[in-house]
Order: sequence, then C-alpha cells, then structure tokens
Amino acid sequence: MNYRIPSGTRDILPDEQRELRAIESALLRTFDDFGYGEVSTPAVEYEETLRAGGVGALPSYRVLDDHGESLALRADMTVPIARVVATRYGTAEPPLRFCYIANAYRAVRPHRGQMREFLQAGIELVGAPGAQGTAEALTVLSRAIEATGLRRFQIGLGDASLYPALLDAFEVRGEARERLLNELSSRDFVGLDRAVGSLEISEEAARTLMSVPRLRGGPEVLDAANDPVSAAVGGLRDVLALLDGDIAARVIVDLGRAPRLGYYTGPMFEVYDPELGEPLGGGGRYDELLGRFGRPLPAVGFAVGVDLLHAALTGEERSAQGPATGEEGHS
Amino acid sequence: MNSFGLTIAVPRGALLVETLDLLDGLGIDTAEVRSNDRKLLFEDVGIVTMRPSDVLTYVESGAADIGITGKDVLMEQRERQVFELLDLGFGPCRMVLASREGPDAGDEALRRLGVVRVATKYPRIAADYMERTGRQAEIVEVKGSVELAPLTGMVETIVDLTATGTTLRENGLVIREDIARSTARLVANRVALRVKAAAIDEVVERLRG
Repeated sequence: MNYRIPSGTRDILPDEQRELRAIESALLRTFDDFGYGEVSTPAVEYEETLRAGGVGALPSYRVLDDHGESLALRADMTVPIARVVATRYGTAEPPLRFCYIANAYRAVRPHRGQMREFLQAGIELVGAPGAQGTAEALTVLSRAIEATGLRRFQIGLGDASLYPALLDAFEVRGEARERLLNELSSRDFVGLDRAVGSLEISEEAARTLMSVPRLRGGPEVLDAANDPVSAAVGGLRDVLALLDGDIAARVIVDLGRAPRLGYYTGPMFEVYDPELGEPLGGGGRYDELLGRFGRPLPAVGFAVGVDLLHAALTGEERSAQGPATGEEGHS
Repeated sequence: MNSFGLTIAVPRGALLVETLDLLDGLGIDTAEVRSNDRKLLFEDVGIVTMRPSDVLTYVESGAADIGITGKDVLMEQRERQVFELLDLGFGPCRMVLASREGPDAGDEALRRLGVVRVATKYPRIAADYMERTGRQAEIVEVKGSVELAPLTGMVETIVDLTATGTTLRENGLVIREDIARSTARLVANRVALRVKAAAIDEVVERLRG
C-alpha cells in the first residue's frame, strides 16, 4: 500500500538519519563546550503566547483544543525560549545560555520545494549586551559549523539599525521612510533608487542612501565609510574587532541587510555556502523581544537548518571529489 | 565559464537579442547562443537559456548566479527571494487592461452582475490591480493567447502585456487602463550577491556604463 504524507513533510530513513545525527552531535558538542544548556519545549503552544512577540516568524498552523483555546505549532525556537526565560528564569542572574535542536513549522508555497516541518539547531544568549555578546554568538556559530566538517562557509554580517539610522540622519520620515525600508527589504534596488530619487534631500545624501545598501566585502567596507555611515557602523566594527582572525576572515560585511524579521534590533547575520543557493542559517541581536514577555533583557541568537547544512556538506564533498562540470579553474 | 565566474540565466523570446548584445558588451562570446536555438546550456560561456518566466526560479535556487528578465515577471512572482539590481531599459512594454471595442463590457458586467471576469497570464498582477481599484473580479488564468478569451465571450476583459498594442488592435480589443510599465531587469541570487560580490559588482558597473 502507498499512504501519503502531507507535502512539505518527510520520512527520514536510516542512511540519512545516521548522517544527520553526526551533524547534530557535532553541533551539540560545540554548544555544550561553550556552556550552552540544551532545552526542549512543546512543539505546540497557545497561539496567543507565540504571537506575544508580535513580530518575527509567526505560527501558520493552529487547532482549537477541547476548551476552545487556540493552539499553534511554533515557527521557530526563539519565541518559545523567550517564554522560558520570562517564566522559568524570571529572577535568574544573566547571562543565560540555551541551545536546542528542534523542529519548527512554517507555511509553504506550493511546488517550491519548501518544508512545512524542518529541523533547526541554534542558541540563544540572553543578557549579554553589545558587541561582546554578538561576537560570542558568532564564535559559537562558526565553531559549531566547523565541527560538522563544512569548510567553505561564510558569514554575512549586517546591522538592522544601519539604514534606519541613515534615514534619521538625513531626516527622512513618514511615508517616504516606510517606502525606502520596504524597497530594501523586498530586495529591489531599482525601486530603492527611484524612491531615493523622489526625496528632497542633498545630492550627497541621496548618493549615500543609494550606495550604502550595495556595499559588501571585507572589513575595508567599514573603513571606507564616512559620516554618518561611519557612526552607524560602529557596532559592526566593535563586533569584528572581537572575533578570532579565522572567523573574521569568513565574514562578509553587508551593509544592505534590512530589518526583515522584525525582532532584530542590531547586528544580524546569515550563513552562506557556495554549494547552496539559499542561506543555511542566520540570526542576530533582538534586544526588545524579551521585554514583550516581561523580562527586558538584551539577547542574541542564531538558528541553522540542519537539512541545509547536510545539503551543503554533501555538496562540498562532491566538489572535493573532482569537478563533474566544466567549472574547474574559475572559482 | 565566462571571465566573471558567473552562471547567467538568459531569457529566450523578445528579450533575447538585446540580452545577448549586452553580454557581448561584457566580453562574453554569445555567438553559439545566437546560432543554436535548440541548445539550452552553454557551459563554456556560463549561459543558460530559458523562458523569461523561469529565470527567477533558476536564480532563486542558485542554479544561476544572475539573470535577466522582465519587470512583469518580477511583479507576478513577487515572493521570489532574488535581488533586483538594475533596470536595463530595453524591452519596454505596458501591463494593460483591455476589452472589446465599443461600450466597455467590463463596466457593464460590474454594474449589472457585480463581478467582472478577467483572463490573464498574470493572475497575481490582475487580482492585485482589481482589488486595489475596488472591483470584484473573477480571474481566469490562461496559458496561451489571452486575446481569444474576450472574443469567445469567456470573459469581459483581459490583463496582458503589450509592447505596441498591435495584437490587441488586430483582435478588435482596446486598451482601457494602464496598470504598470515593464522593462528588462538584472537580478541576482541572494547568496551569489554576497559570496561573488566583486564579480557581480563589476557586471553591474559595466552595464550601468
């Protein structure tokens, strides 16, 4: 007989599970080495709680329980851990360090190969403010991925507060400001240029608003910045200065990151591997989320997709075994 | 592979020749693409060819690093996670709402039936536009010549892309409303944009000219 399972879900059979477990163990070992304690929370929570953050990955699947209360499947682990911190660690002395490997659930678009249920591994560092905390999260991220054996990954590092700070500096407000942020977060540079072109600001300010989001590269990107950009990237400069040399070498500074997930308030990062067309994970600083749960503490965290990490690893393995395509010598 | 180390998604059809001219200007040899319209993958020069509506699929997945397609495709597939880098200016056309000559059948349908039927290859653009303008519409998606739909009485109006308006005119249709303008755009994969930043920036700089 052939029984179907919902699209966007899948069975994992022994050969794959063995490889996934090896990745999970390497990640957990690293998290543990850095002092992060593993937590599990229910996959299903009160919808009200999952929405209390008001931003970020909101739940897509809900049911009514036998008392008529709305339950929902979590869309990430950041919100449940914020709940745990507020509820179970209400008076604990920060910093708090948690890690997890857990399934999360999101809505998918049909025929796009997206998963409704996917396994995430990550950490949350609560109560460690500023560059110090961000650098620690980036260090754990980098060391954990290295421990799985992935070699060519890079970390895109941007700052959710950068573009808003520039808009403040140039006194772009109201509808125009929304429009610019919207073009940026929808990745439309043509639209961004047009929106900037319609502003009544100096030519130099317009040039800055158009060129800064396009800047990507090594730390020299930050050195080249002049005011007001220089002031706005100070936070990134501090983070970079705290990273080990080999980790800093993996960083692509990216001044075009927009505050898309809503809860990021400062530095944000994404993990890229040349074998994958999409980021295999990411994270950032979210200093306001915990306050919405009644325990105002700064926090930073990341999540990587275990399946994506696995795909990148197999891709790197295949590339290392010799080029199957005509691309050798051009990388 | 080309000297930029980038795999480029090139649209077949109306945008093909100008796209290839552009690539020639970058020093990428497109002679074989021009001479062979059956072959799809040109590894030596890093070019893959496809329908314009497939370009975003390949670029989003990372199978191509950058690509060229129309703004109409970007508007219809708005949720695609690709970066729109440059307006290339060529391939200008308009997204329009059209219906048969004479009294506007769309207006009459709205007035008397409360809903207008709209045939289109761009169901999202059409639905968004009708919603934005406060009209109830039933969107009918067709794959081929949209002009046929109102002529057979299946729908009252169509939403379609037109460059000169000739095909519409020849089928007895008139443009009632302008919805949007479209030109060719350069798009990039979100990982390539960071990992291959220098190569992509060079392409953008040279195309911006």
